[in-house]
Amino acid sequence: MNPLYAELQWLPRPPQDFSARLKALDTSGSFAVELQALARHGFDLNQLTRLARALDKARSAGRSLAPLIPFRLAVLSNSTIDMIVPALVASALRHGIALEVIKPHYDQVAQEALTPDSKVNSSKPDAVLFALDYRALPLKLSPGDAGAASATAQGALGYLQTLRNGIKSQSNAVCIFQTFAPPAESLFGSMDRALPGTLRHIVESINRELAESTLAAGDVLLDVAAIAEIVGLADWHSPELWNLGKFPFADDLIPLYGDHVARIVAAIRGKTAKVLVLDLDNTVWGGVIGDDGLEGIKIAQGDARGEAHLAVQRYALELRQRGIVLAVSSKNTDSIAREPFEKHPEMLLKLDHIAVFQANWNDKATNIQAIAEELSLGLDSFVFLDDNPVERGLVRKLLPQVSVPELPEDPAGYARTLAAAGYFETATFAAEDLKRAGFYQDNAKRANLQKQAGGVDAYLASLDMTITFQPFDATGRVRIVQLINKSNQYNLTTRRYTDPEVTEAENDPRVFTLQVRLADIFGDNGMISVVICRPGAPQVWEIDTWLMSCRVLGRRVEQMVLRELLAHARAAGVEKLLGVYIPTDRNKLVVDHYAKLGFTKTAEEPSGLTRWELPVDGAEPESAPMKVISMGFAPVQEVSIA
Amino acid sequence: MVQRPVTGVPRMDEAQIYSRLNGIFEDVFDDDSIQVTPELSAKDVDGWDSLTHIRLILTVEKAFKTKFSTSEIGRLENVGDLVALIKAHA
Repeated sequence: MNPLYAELQWLPRPPQDFSARLKALDTSGSFAVELQALARHGFDLNQLTRLARALDKARSAGRSLAPLIPFRLAVLSNSTIDMIVPALVASALRHGIALEVIKPHYDQVAQEALTPDSKVNSSKPDAVLFALDYRALPLKLSPGDAGAASATAQGALGYLQTLRNGIKSQSNAVCIFQTFAPPAESLFGSMDRALPGTLRHIVESINRELAESTLAAGDVLLDVAAIAEIVGLADWHSPELWNLGKFPFADDLIPLYGDHVARIVAAIRGKTAKVLVLDLDNTVWGGVIGDDGLEGIKIAQGDARGEAHLAVQRYALELRQRGIVLAVSSKNTDSIAREPFEKHPEMLLKLDHIAVFQANWNDKATNIQAIAEELSLGLDSFVFLDDNPVERGLVRKLLPQVSVPELPEDPAGYARTLAAAGYFETATFAAEDLKRAGFYQDNAKRANLQKQAGGVDAYLASLDMTITFQPFDATGRVRIVQLINKSNQYNLTTRRYTDPEVTEAENDPRVFTLQVRLADIFGDNGMISVVICRPGAPQVWEIDTWLMSCRVLGRRVEQMVLRELLAHARAAGVEKLLGVYIPTDRNKLVVDHYAKLGFTKTAEEPSGLTRWELPVDGAEPESAPMKVISMGFAPVQEVSIA
Repeated sequence: MVQRPVTGVPRMDEAQIYSRLNGIFEDVFDDDSIQVTPELSAKDVDGWDSLTHIRLILTVEKAFKTKFSTSEIGRLENVGDLVALIKAHA
């Protein structure tokens, strides 16, 4: 089984405290909101069943289900769907729908559709799902006989039409038709597809005509044949389960099927995503534009990593072509972020394609909110694609209405995972939809920076961060040299040192060095900051180098580094720290770095170079919620210049 | 007597099987207070009908990475029989 589909891997994994959270719902004041939030994980059949029970219990007890949208779905099937029904209910929760399923007795399809006062017709459903598989149809094989084959197909389609008319004459229920997954057993082999009258050929011709007539009639299609094809017919069909109790397909795929039905129901209610917000670094290209520059980012054809990111761009463009609006939310200086769009020859996405381009150093929740206001579209129509689990977690926490897919480690899976999630499923399609993205074409503006979305601090605390400080050593040297030579944006002085020069600093007892690592609940970020202090005047340290990886911006790493720096400075009898900002065309980001840390500006030159100082005594930078590990430092000796 | 291949892999003991089954029963029957015992059977548990029984068997098969035949399933009378079946397949 392909786990992307079987386990719905675009959804976060089930929480460890699932049982406890379910129980807590009994007494919750915002029951429906919390139930929906809980449903937005990749659950298995048993967990989905428990979620559905929680909803049914609440409904029977008369609890308010607002703001979930109620929807009554009748399901007609020739097979046993009892295990599937709870999965439909729980999956619908994920999409903001409080689903009520009307399920008549087993295999009563025609009776229920055609009898005016049948259970289904009396219940006045919002929609009727014809969950039929190929065994429900009156199919007769006639290999090689095109005439008989055509009659068979028309007979089957006529049967479906009769069912539809039965429902339509009694209620205004929307009719949802499933296409048919052909069996995994072929009669000839390759000829099954080409020869009329084989089961495969008949099923395919029925599917083609059913799809077209459904669209034309304003009914809704659920393309089960495609779902089965994508996961593989051999995995979809389960002879054991059919034999055991007429179960239509493998139980492992019930969660996937449930989500597909839920997407269709949500689409019928107009709840479908309209906007794709893209992160840039390591999402739309490989690497970090601020550090790697135009020459360093990976989007070249023929480069494996580049191809993966190009696939994301290509898919985004195709989405735009069918009317999905594209936006960008990136932690970058605006002009630097635009460079690849304007100048890189391999970029498929151009600025023209992006309706709102948000590149700044604000948190992404604030940015996405600004994009939503700019576009006048609700947050629940937004999808946010970002390779960084920390950013994904932040947006999920602060903007729960936004859909944020989990992404695999390997960028090669990004485009497929986004597609598998099916956020942009729709029930209708009109020519006007194609033009939607164009309406926003001329609106690429910087949205105003707004004050930070509340709750960021609490989110940071929940990351369980551990920061580790060590002096330079042989183990870290390669990475230290790499950071020193690669960092452009968060780099105060951009001094480049070679390996021998770094080794020299490592071994010089008068030079204070720091290599900083950061880990959080998502894993180890590795080394993310480097500091070098050299002795200046007596009792003074000059900060020669201070650089940081932009991946950890906004987490107050700089404040924690300063605290560590001060602790060692104090121990060494240092009274003052001196800092300098040497401007380059890449590091405008850190022009205020020392100001924010409480240093006083002592000089400014016409070039933009600024000098700063901080008395060690009395300096108390704010701390951040992280665990600190400080190790490997030699016992302190007073520093003085001879 | 079932012939088992000599693999050198330690066989799961009954206590472990009962412990894992307890978790499975809690999930399948949506009841954190369930306690599995050898004599426990469908008549003792709310909601243990034929469909939930199938869901239970499918869950057990996945958890213990094995498949039961229809006749094996048909012979089960209580949890003790299920545990014996799991051991035989281990």
